[in-house]
Amino acid sequence: MSQQSYGEILQDGLWTRNTALVQLLGLCPLLAVTTTAINGLGLGIATLAVVLGSNVLVSLCRHWIPHTIRIPIYVLIIATLVTTVELLMRAWFYELFHVLGIFIPLIVTNCAIIARAEAFASRNTLPRAVADGFATGLGFAACLVVLGGVRELVGQGTLLSDAHLMFGEAARGLAITPIPDYPGFLLAVLPPGAFIALGLLVALKNVIDQRLAQPAPATEPGHPAATAPD
Amino acid sequence: MSREATSGTVRPILASAAGLAAFAVFSAGLVALTLDLTRERIQTNEDLHLLSRLHEVVPPDLIDNNLHEDTLVVEDDPLLGQQEPVTIYRGRREGEPAMVILPVVAPDGYNSPIHLLVGIRADGTLTGIHVTRHNETPGLGDGIDSRKSDWHKQFRGRSLDDPSREGWKTRRDNGEFDALTGATISPRAVVQAVRKALLYFEHNRERLFAEPEPEARGETP
Repeated sequence: MSQQSYGEILQDGLWTRNTALVQLLGLCPLLAVTTTAINGLGLGIATLAVVLGSNVLVSLCRHWIPHTIRIPIYVLIIATLVTTVELLMRAWFYELFHVLGIFIPLIVTNCAIIARAEAFASRNTLPRAVADGFATGLGFAACLVVLGGVRELVGQGTLLSDAHLMFGEAARGLAITPIPDYPGFLLAVLPPGAFIALGLLVALKNVIDQRLAQPAPATEPGHPAATAPD
Repeated sequence: MSREATSGTVRPILASAAGLAAFAVFSAGLVALTLDLTRERIQTNEDLHLLSRLHEVVPPDLIDNNLHEDTLVVEDDPLLGQQEPVTIYRGRREGEPAMVILPVVAPDGYNSPIHLLVGIRADGTLTGIHVTRHNETPGLGDGIDSRKSDWHKQFRGRSLDDPSREGWKTRRDNGEFDALTGATISPRAVVQAVRKALLYFEHNRERLFAEPEPEARGETP
């Protein structure tokens, strides 16, 4: 199997194989917490920390993990990291922890993380696993923030309205209200709005992919990597 | 031969178990270490958080003691809606009873029970209410949350007889309290929970202020 370059690893995680937009993994937290951009950012960073840490640990230990019990060990590693992240958040981002509540422990069930451990980190060196964890986490976090931002803007007419939960009272000024006296659009805040917004984001990504693929007609749409000669 | 066959299957099992045990020990160690490093900070956060929420219903200058140092644990009571012993916070000014804060639960919230703090002055008037935990619909029922709307302010200064006891309902139910646009159930649940808290205070006023010092335990008459 030919090795991916670091650029390809990053591109894969952030765009081509984006966890949320292409693989549609980890949808439960994705849809539930993205009512505001800051909520999305909080869960995004927590998930990024866990997937990065799990890739590092799995890659470091890959020669010592017996093949037959690798899955329980991955679960153990991920659960440990999630608990650690939860404790750290309660210590330093207490308000945000309260807002995100149950969804922090639920990161354990984000199958995207165990998928990266099994499919990538267990077969690659530490630096490559770090790159992959970073790209995967960042891709997921970016999607959470965008989705949260869209729903916040459409639902409440504000952006970054909860910034103080994350960055302290000084950040209250970060909140912007692009549309004053906005009556609010309840659907965007409720769960159906999350599905609709995610569907639109996926559609947008596909449109962009198709536009990008057009200049090189030989390339199959959506799979530009297929022609890479390596 | 059978012994060899047995040891041939047992060994990998033991190796797996040992491997899993080693990772379990490592994981437990990591969690324990983090817990140890963060415990104090988390405790401080939780105390501060509780205190700031308590002070949501305490008018300035009404009390001069530390609320969390003067508590009373009472048995659960249907009027409080709690399933377990309840910690009541008592505010005093120059040693005289000034107010109590009752944590109560409205079991009939729209999506889940609503937890709130009800502050009651020694004379039985409300200092305010503060919803601490709820799961009401965003944009509709979540207006009961003081971070979302001013709906909670209408309770300030009210008491069991102001409005009349029959008036302790939302306007929709022919009572005196405003409901929220588009939400009937959440305000109704909160109004009833506050009314019951006032009833509890009326029934237990002496006992609530009786034992002055923090050593109080859950004693019932």
